[in-house]
Amino acid sequence: MHALSIKDLQKTYANGNVALKGINFAVEAGDFYALLGPNGAGKTTAIGIISSLVNKTAGNVEIFGHDIDTDFAAAKSCLGLVPQEVNLNLWESVQNIVMNQAGYYGLHRGLALERCEKYLRALRLWDRRKDQARSLSGGMKRRLMIARALVHEPRLLILDEPTAGVDIEIRRSMWEFLQQINEAGTTIILTTHYLEEAESLCRHVAIIDDGNIIEDAPMNTVLRKLQREVFVLSLAEPVAAAPVLKGFETRLRSDTELEVDKGPEHDLNELFSQLDAKGIRVDSLRNKANRLEELFLRLVENKDAEGAGAAR
Amino acid sequence: MNLELNLVALRTIVRKEVVRVLRIWVQTIVPPAITMTLYFIIFGNLIGRRIGPMDGFDYMQYIAPGLIMMSVITNSYGNVVSSFFGAKFGRHIEEMLVSPMSSATIVLGHVAGGVLRGVLVGALVTVIALFFTDLDVQHPFITISVVLLSSVVFALAGFINAVFAKKFDDISIIPTFVLTPLTYLGGVFYSISLLPEPWQTLSLANPILYMVNAFRYGILGTSDIELGTAYAILLFFCVLLFVICLSLMRRGVGIRE
Repeated sequence: MHALSIKDLQKTYANGNVALKGINFAVEAGDFYALLGPNGAGKTTAIGIISSLVNKTAGNVEIFGHDIDTDFAAAKSCLGLVPQEVNLNLWESVQNIVMNQAGYYGLHRGLALERCEKYLRALRLWDRRKDQARSLSGGMKRRLMIARALVHEPRLLILDEPTAGVDIEIRRSMWEFLQQINEAGTTIILTTHYLEEAESLCRHVAIIDDGNIIEDAPMNTVLRKLQREVFVLSLAEPVAAAPVLKGFETRLRSDTELEVDKGPEHDLNELFSQLDAKGIRVDSLRNKANRLEELFLRLVENKDAEGAGAAR
Repeated sequence: MNLELNLVALRTIVRKEVVRVLRIWVQTIVPPAITMTLYFIIFGNLIGRRIGPMDGFDYMQYIAPGLIMMSVITNSYGNVVSSFFGAKFGRHIEEMLVSPMSSATIVLGHVAGGVLRGVLVGALVTVIALFFTDLDVQHPFITISVVLLSSVVFALAGFINAVFAKKFDDISIIPTFVLTPLTYLGGVFYSISLLPEPWQTLSLANPILYMVNAFRYGILGTSDIELGTAYAILLFFCVLLFVICLSLMRRGVGIRE
């Protein structure tokens, strides 16, 4: 079953800006789905339409089979939203914010209190429940928005850049929490500018650019499209020059750091065999750039080049 | 529509509004109490003694129902316009818009909040009035029903103002340039029988005149207008403004892009 199904979704704003040019995509129930794209690509508009914050121009949106126009209450009951911008009532207490949201979804007070405690504890905000939201740090406000979105236990959770401006420690703990929620059965759609976040969390990725979906496939399939990866190897001992390796391009960054270009026709075992044969020992290796990031840039740049060509 | 869900949601909005009014009581409760005390002292006590009786009542007694109604009207309006616009401005209105509750629930919840504040302040002003004069309620049902209906009308009007407001200035334009003049010209301080023509006839086009006089009839038993006309006007505006609010919400005017 599809958690979300979008057909020919279009949005033209009153100022004439065409934000979505008829996008189609579907998210399987239980998936962890990344919706990526450069700034202004149409991600937030799409999310706004799905969550009824933006009026669509044309198209159809279904959440777990419920049409957002004809069956809006059922559709919205399945949905939780963590928006990009902080939209908390900063003068309300942390607990009241979550309790009010529970009430808006029709949860009775007893159950609402139970859920409120559950999610505030899970997101390490329970001790701050009496404080006004304005007294929270940026990371805490983000976590509060997640608790608020989860209090009615939606089947589909949409997070629009939930870790923007959050330090790495909190970001990691949020990743862990989101993975737990997903493993428990909640379908998650994530937009983020941290592509390593999408790569490590999501199983499916769609890339949106200039109001069109330019890629929509499982993460592994997408990453396999990479033509070239660059690895940085830390060497155990210094070398005087970059070794010549068959099938790989190499260059020295320093006498103990070697940069290696790897194409899809070769694997890392071949690389290590050749280095071993030359007596070069490797302490560690890392990708020079995030793989998804490279692919993302390539896809967006290719599309821009095609657009420029067509314009000529 | 899921009735139970909407009832819980309605209760939640009302509770949120009550918490808001009580949290900022210095802004919501105290100013009208001080303003009305000054009205009673200056207009009722100092100037009223020189004016003498009006419609058979001493001036303080005559203006008391009008001042109570004035505080009910301005506070019902002010509560909804500031709360709903504040939610729009702070974007926490999105909490309600993403939820499955109906547009009618959102309107009714905010209107109920406005009515509660209007009635609360009205009750406080009544207590203050009792320090200055005697008020024996002649028709309790009329008094209560007129207060509630007037409060609903102005809470709905406040909602419409908030929907269209884009900046904080926009929420003070209507109260300053429309509501206050209409209230002052709505027979709070005088009987329209004192006015020469055409002002007497023109005054009949002011809906607040009917609310103030119907309320005055409920308390003192005297009025410049027909009670039936007052109820008809109140009910007409209740229905008209509610339909407008609902239509604006459903179309997302001022709240959805």
